[in-house]
Amino acid sequence: MLRDDERIFTNLYGLQDWKLSGALKRGDWDDTKSILVKGREWIIEEITQSGLRGRGGAGFSPGMKWSFMPKTVAPGRPHYLVINGDEGEPGTCKDREIIRHDPHKLIEGALIAGLAINAHVGYVYVRGEFHNEANHLEHAIQEARERGFLGPNACGSGWAFDLFVHRGGGAYICGEETALLESLEGRKGQPRLKPPFPANAGLYGCPTTVNNVETIAVVPEILRRGADWFASLGRPKNTGTKIFCISGHVNMPCTVEEEMSIPLKELIEKHAGGVRGGWNNLKAVIPGGCSVPMIPKSLSETVLMDFDSLREAQSGLGTGAVIVMDKSTDLIAAIARFSKFYKHESCGQCSPCREGTGWMWRIMERFVTGEARIEEIDLIEQITKKIEGHTICALADAACWPIQGLIRHFRGDIERRIIENELSVGPPQSDGASHPNEAA
Amino acid sequence: MPKVTIDGVEYEVEAGLTLLQACEIAGIEIPRFCYHERLRIAGNCRMCLVEMERSPKPVASCAMPVNDGMVVYTNSPMVKAAREGVMEFLLINHPLDCPICDQGGECDLQDQAVAYGAADSPFHENKRAVKEKNFGPLINTAMTRCIHCTRCIRFATDIAGVEELGATGRGEDMEVGTYVTKALSSELSGNMIDLCPVGALTSKPYAFSARSWELKKTESIDVLDAVGSCIRVDSRGGEVMRVLPRLHEDINEEWISDKTRFACDGLKRQRLDRPYVRRDGRLQEATWDEAFAAIRDRIGDIKGTKAARGDKIAAIAGDMACCESILGLKDLMTGLASPHMDCRQDGARLSADSRASYLFNTGIAGIEKSDLCLLIGTNPRIEAPIINARLRKRYLMGGFTAATIGPEADLTYGVENLGSDPRVLKKIISGDHGFAELLKGASHPMLIIGQGALTRPDGGAILNAARGIADKYGLVKDGWNGFNVLHTAAARVGGLDLGFIPGEGSRDVNGILDGAMNGDIEVVYLLGADELDMTALEKAFVIYQGHHGDRGAHGADVILPGAAYTEKEATFINTEGRVQQTHLAIEPPGMARPDWKILRALQQVLGLKTRYNTLEALRGCLIEANPIFGRLDHLTPASWGGFGLSGEIKAPALAYPIINFYMTDPISRASETMAQCSEAFGLVQARKTGTDG
Repeated sequence: MLRDDERIFTNLYGLQDWKLSGALKRGDWDDTKSILVKGREWIIEEITQSGLRGRGGAGFSPGMKWSFMPKTVAPGRPHYLVINGDEGEPGTCKDREIIRHDPHKLIEGALIAGLAINAHVGYVYVRGEFHNEANHLEHAIQEARERGFLGPNACGSGWAFDLFVHRGGGAYICGEETALLESLEGRKGQPRLKPPFPANAGLYGCPTTVNNVETIAVVPEILRRGADWFASLGRPKNTGTKIFCISGHVNMPCTVEEEMSIPLKELIEKHAGGVRGGWNNLKAVIPGGCSVPMIPKSLSETVLMDFDSLREAQSGLGTGAVIVMDKSTDLIAAIARFSKFYKHESCGQCSPCREGTGWMWRIMERFVTGEARIEEIDLIEQITKKIEGHTICALADAACWPIQGLIRHFRGDIERRIIENELSVGPPQSDGASHPNEAA
Repeated sequence: MPKVTIDGVEYEVEAGLTLLQACEIAGIEIPRFCYHERLRIAGNCRMCLVEMERSPKPVASCAMPVNDGMVVYTNSPMVKAAREGVMEFLLINHPLDCPICDQGGECDLQDQAVAYGAADSPFHENKRAVKEKNFGPLINTAMTRCIHCTRCIRFATDIAGVEELGATGRGEDMEVGTYVTKALSSELSGNMIDLCPVGALTSKPYAFSARSWELKKTESIDVLDAVGSCIRVDSRGGEVMRVLPRLHEDINEEWISDKTRFACDGLKRQRLDRPYVRRDGRLQEATWDEAFAAIRDRIGDIKGTKAARGDKIAAIAGDMACCESILGLKDLMTGLASPHMDCRQDGARLSADSRASYLFNTGIAGIEKSDLCLLIGTNPRIEAPIINARLRKRYLMGGFTAATIGPEADLTYGVENLGSDPRVLKKIISGDHGFAELLKGASHPMLIIGQGALTRPDGGAILNAARGIADKYGLVKDGWNGFNVLHTAAARVGGLDLGFIPGEGSRDVNGILDGAMNGDIEVVYLLGADELDMTALEKAFVIYQGHHGDRGAHGADVILPGAAYTEKEATFINTEGRVQQTHLAIEPPGMARPDWKILRALQQVLGLKTRYNTLEALRGCLIEANPIFGRLDHLTPASWGGFGLSGEIKAPALAYPIINFYMTDPISRASETMAQCSEAFGLVQARKTGTDG
């Protein structure tokens, strides 16, 4: 369990002053200049050494990402830092806590990251629904400007850097980095083709790095305490601390900063007061936000909350949003609700996602009532295989994985539902006649 | 050059190509819907997925640039499954109403479904239905069929330059349409019909009239403006069903204007299908013999010596007259000893002395090399939308300055308006104008002078000033001629190349009209000339040869029915000076005949000697008259010489020659579709009766 003095986010619950005066007491902005003067190579090397992996879900090393940026700034092509605060992943509420309770950590991190990638301007894309959060951030940025932490000579380092807040419109897809850039430029949020990657042609066609809020916010602390300290937490390749958001059927849903690789069971029992009705009442856990496949109780016993352990369990760490479901849960209905979400949030560009998410949702809805045929379980699994990996962005993959997870671990539940329905109302008449829309 | 291995064979391809292009070069077909050579890459249909080594997922070949050492498979099980999957997703919500779809037979979705799709589908849900959109009088929509490839959106936004089309809604609720219901205000909108890979956007005028496999396809060129767009005329029986673009990189790429495409229904209306002779003040049906006899008698009535009689005869060639008929008319006039002939019915102050003085010397493709363009009295968007599209293409490449002298107009690209007072040209020549600096700094400057400037009384002086600018600012130099005249009539350059203009002391168009009014001219021969003040010809004996009962025919004393451009083998020269030929798609209606044959027959009736009996012999005479005719589809650089008239440029503001793009000539004026467009865009006020609608 993480010791209190090893926490990075010491005001995660907003019990203290979130403004500059409070942030200074917590050690933010403490001689930031000394970090900046060490130069970008040192910063990038230190972040790489710390083993920090991106906290937005994909887990890509930010140090590596920064090193992909062009080494020199071409005339007329300034570099941009874009911070992804469009936290839309259902179950996730970590960036929100950072922005509203510890905004100066983010701002300081942005300045350091800006220097590391040669950017003089950064944008924070904040989810539109985070109204107060964006207000806090704007206020904090203004404080930092007034104190000279941001501006033409940020922290007296000679580096000019400023940060701006952009409020999104609330579309889930705008959390995808290139759709976010499109949205930031004022267009419809639709993911761009890669290549070119943002490091070559991002915001306004200029070299851009997009990082998650949590990733940026931990940077100052890593550089102050040293890469070794961060790397000493967790397991190799899964280092540091991580904010977990535990929701669902637990006694005390909470957001908590913990050491990476903490066992899932320990996380739930220690911080969330355990599963409602006891551990044995657990049915399944979605460990990383609604985009990752669920794992049943058997796997939840032993799995560690990090990138690699969860991957071995055929799931993923995602955003670290743990959704706990006890035995009262209708898992089919839960996943059908996710399918509806993805159908609603698909941007509509790519054929497989545009057409496939709606198809899957309709089949899932029939699984909920049992008005389906057993063969359709195989069918929907095949559909997920036809969608997965065939689109521009990962939204389609995220729409497929929860369904795959359900079928992988709870196929019997679906079959049982269908058979029960057949026994009560008789088998479906013919193709499609069982569809609720066609009944009328 | 990077080497890529496609299906086990190594190819060396140009750097910067995409995988899809590399596969095409290798002769391997990659199915696609959203990808189109001339549009921005969208990469959203996912049909072109291929397997690439070291990539766990299949990649979209349309958007993947080639890299040295890439190993790609286009026929692996992974690719086959990917294509089948995408095809399935495209079809689940597609209505599959092929039997009642106008795209049937030329549908990419249909073709690729057969080639790459699965035999059946496990989709048993309800299909999506989408409300129709209103795209105006030219485009039929069936948006339920839309597969969201966004080709139309990208065309409208990038090529046509009207940001009126977009996708609204997300996911399966995404719909392509205009944000506010309105007709697309583009002169190029019809091209979206060709671009649409399915039957979502189809031609409204052509709707449900034919199947593509029933049509006879004739390659030809368009004569409704002076661009000479390459077209394919699709006909069935004796009817032109539709006109489609044909690829020509140097002229129209693969676009045509809406007039070129949709005015073809005008070919079926108001046609002159038999000769007429005015008897007792009324035009009455006649035979060819009677019509010719009437002409012979009237010319015989003119008193005096041969030269004196010839002096009382005049001829005007219209905007769609082919070179063969212009030469025939010139022969006729020469035989009658008449020097009064003109091919500039709008009175443009152009002479035939220097070929460079009346050509679009830069060439349409040459626009892409230019870095500055000055437009003088021309609105290319209305006068030649294809050339305007090329200017926009150049503008989008960046580093291009455009300025215009004339009324404010939206040209779809950034253009500085220097006012509409033509005297600003003098200031530019003297260097007293800010634009002079830009001209000096340009490496390949060009100017386009339009008929709005040339048809004014001081047109010669404006032409002279334009030449002055060209001379002073290096518009004409080694390998570059930036001096351009934009014509609006397909016949104009041909007429000038054949010298169909009055010699020294003879009458030009205005002289002919004046002479006809005061009785000095007794007989006027109009070869498809309709854009004249016909009241001036009331006293004269008017012979009208043409294909439509338009203004010219109404006041005529004898009407000789000719053939329209789809009904004859004819030669035209476009504004660039490019010799092109139309081909016969259908026979002329009724008793109408190809124009050169009419003129030849008339020469015989009048007892004149004819030089040719066949089209081939006539074309030999064309080459004799001007060797230019010997090289088809070729641009011969014209030598630069002195031209223009000294004189003062007058104050009146420049105006544009065409107000209503959709109605400029007898064919488009007879077209119902063009009339609907004129009304839809508020260009004419339709007179409606109480029972309308």
